[in-house]
Amino acid sequence: MVGIVGYGAYVPAHRIKSSTIAEQWGSDPAAIERGLLLSEKTVPGQDEDTITISVAAAKNALKRARIDPKKIGAVYIGSESHPYAVKPSGTILIDALGIGPHVHVADYEFACKAGSEAMYVAYSHVKSGEMEYALGIGADTSQGAPGDALEYSASAGGAAFIFGKTNVVAEVLFTHSYTSDTPDFWRREYQRYPRHGGRFTGEPAYFRHILGASRAILEKSGMKASDFAFAVFHMPNGKFPLKVGKTLGFTNQQMEQGWVVNIMGNTYSGSSPTGLTAILDIAKPGDKIFMCSFGSGAGSDAFIFQVTDKILEVQDLAPKTRDILNGKKIYLSYGKYAAYRKKILFND
Amino acid sequence: MADSARYHREKFHRYILEAQKFDSGFVSLPNRYVDPYSGSRSYEKINLKGTGTILSYTIIHIASDQFAHTTPFPVAIIETDEGARLTVMVTDCDINDVKIGARVELVFRKIMEEGESGIINYGYKAILI
Amino acid sequence: MREVAIIGVGMTKFGELWEQSIRDMFAEAALKAMDDAGVKKIDSFYVGAMSSGLYTYQEHLSSLMADYMGQIGVPGLHVESACASGGSAVRAAFIEVASGMSDIVLAGGVEKMWDVEDGTIVLATASDQEYEAYNGVTFPGLYAMMARVYMEKYGLTREELAQVPIKNHKHSVNNPNAQYPFEISLNDVLKSSMVADPLRLMDCSPITDGAAALILCPLERAKEFTNKPVKIRGVGAATGPIALHDHRDLTRLDAVKLAGERAYRMAGLSPSDISFVEVHDCFSIAEIIVAEELGFFEYGTAGKAIAEGQGTYGGKVVINPSGGLKAKGHPVGATGAAQVIEAYYQLTGKAGARQVPNAKFGMTQNMGGSGGSCIVHILEAL
Repeated sequence: MVGIVGYGAYVPAHRIKSSTIAEQWGSDPAAIERGLLLSEKTVPGQDEDTITISVAAAKNALKRARIDPKKIGAVYIGSESHPYAVKPSGTILIDALGIGPHVHVADYEFACKAGSEAMYVAYSHVKSGEMEYALGIGADTSQGAPGDALEYSASAGGAAFIFGKTNVVAEVLFTHSYTSDTPDFWRREYQRYPRHGGRFTGEPAYFRHILGASRAILEKSGMKASDFAFAVFHMPNGKFPLKVGKTLGFTNQQMEQGWVVNIMGNTYSGSSPTGLTAILDIAKPGDKIFMCSFGSGAGSDAFIFQVTDKILEVQDLAPKTRDILNGKKIYLSYGKYAAYRKKILFND
Repeated sequence: MADSARYHREKFHRYILEAQKFDSGFVSLPNRYVDPYSGSRSYEKINLKGTGTILSYTIIHIASDQFAHTTPFPVAIIETDEGARLTVMVTDCDINDVKIGARVELVFRKIMEEGESGIINYGYKAILI
Repeated sequence: MREVAIIGVGMTKFGELWEQSIRDMFAEAALKAMDDAGVKKIDSFYVGAMSSGLYTYQEHLSSLMADYMGQIGVPGLHVESACASGGSAVRAAFIEVASGMSDIVLAGGVEKMWDVEDGTIVLATASDQEYEAYNGVTFPGLYAMMARVYMEKYGLTREELAQVPIKNHKHSVNNPNAQYPFEISLNDVLKSSMVADPLRLMDCSPITDGAAALILCPLERAKEFTNKPVKIRGVGAATGPIALHDHRDLTRLDAVKLAGERAYRMAGLSPSDISFVEVHDCFSIAEIIVAEELGFFEYGTAGKAIAEGQGTYGGKVVINPSGGLKAKGHPVGATGAAQVIEAYYQLTGKAGARQVPNAKFGMTQNMGGSGGSCIVHILEAL
């Protein structure tokens, strides 16, 4: 049996309300909240970035996995906000967690699915027998240009998953990826903010790839939506995941636990992985979980997990995702937010 | 500001709280060859658990350039549960909640950036628990 | 060991000396001191400076200063012990004269602080760079953490703490070399900008350019140069932990106590013999703790005693008749030498309107960092 042996999430304490952003740009706060189903989002503290978020999430995963960090054979961080353009994020993380130096490390980027990509490769290494444990992380301090629709959603957080063969808490039953060249959203080198194709990001991008991956994995597994206790999809806003889930036959009841976007925002590479941690926090032995990510450019990774008896032993070993989300909150004004996100020009 | 070699040298103390427990009981986070109080040179390496108590604190309103955009921010002297003394920034808090005797936990954070193009310095900060 | 005397002194005005470089300032002070002593040639010299490199990109002060004070050829040494550099230079000169190695030795200090925009980062090099400054703490922040514990432990009030700079500013009014020779009110202190809670701007010594120099010689030769030499009767020096967090008690400055005890022992004197003391009031709280460590007041009582007038004329001991670092100014490398100059003025009756009456013995206390080093001198009028 190969699957998740430890998982953990982290989101920063800082928040900005959708209404605060709407007021800044003269938009109707109620219309934004209704249209995007976003009430607030996380904001990285001035001392937080993808690496610190990854470390915090991975620490929680290690607490649950209860393994010697030195046994981890591979570490992959998926993000579109790696702090360095050249120099890995993962090297800092391994030294901060006591992993390695005998470890394979790589940083991944695939817009919002870099996290599931890291999970996919980590899982595959363990399954192949190449190593005992592998760590996959999705984390971001997402960028959104001032005044852009993305500013309401682009948030910060991450989730980490240790894959292994013993003491598995959620077995990976199936995986499937669906990828095509679709320029719906991108950020060129040296650019601060991503650009996107507006409504082109919807039907031909998000929906086509998630439906493509999800339908294929359901067919491959011979399962149907009603077989699952939970489902989670990439959450660029509140509406899209609920709509794509409904199209696939999932109910809101199956989706609500992983649907953290309304109070977290879109943590890009951390989005569906963080939703998955919220599900694992309350899942019961035997539950099946459906997860499908989406990354612009574009592609989706779908996973089917089955929760084992071991889950009950680990759920309380680290902070639960919704407890972190509903825990300490420090609300920012738009001015503070702009300074935190370096949207203000300073002197050198 | 630390250049690469100087930063690299201290990383395990800052990243995973690598410390020394001398046989006299003295605990030092920075590397030491000798306990300055007892003269002992015999120690074991330990990793601090990262929990401790605030012994004193201040709120920095005027900071040096690299921290100027983050003022006001609290700095505290803490004693970890193992007995090591550290000077740390306290983060993610209302500055009015910082008190002598408050319990803290150390977290891994970005300390400063060496300008827009230099290396990023990481280390420990405290959060109130 | 030979007995040592001071036979001449010289200093620049303290302040923002925009037209003078580091060499100009030190040369001015050194030449004034030599003129005051009536010596044309010195045998050796020591120049204290905390960070001429970071402040002005100039090191190698031995050569530079010998050259510019017209003493090329004599041996010189740059002495550094953070803010105690000036006092350390005096001590080094004392040792050289006492040992019999040299007769006429110049000791001084200098700091050019206004040439840089962010001096905070320079001063922070006096703390533990990797484990204090790295984590964002400033020097006012370190002393603020001492003040916080002291106030909580001993019930010192914010208003009582403010009496230290108020007193020092009052003293400075009569010092023509002072940077800020004016009185301040309680309101001025309590309403000044917060620097590091609970310390406000008026608790902090200023940024100052300046230089100070003295000429030392064997006591047996002093009368060749002056009718009023001042004897260096006791010298004490000590070190403490580099990091404040390693002080076992944050309300104490062990190095000050050690240096004081050593100076008293060498001088054969006790605190009750001392008429005035120039202390290192880099921050208001420092004066209070130092006054206790030097034995003038019991632990926990100096703040209230100073607030009640025990640290001024007519009190137990006149603390900082010059105005102290707060009002006279604090060009860090020069401060320790300037303190000894103030003692020289007081003990030779040249202190004008700030003269401490009938002073026989005076003391100076110069400190580096958050108590990482300390130099104490006890001086005697002859």
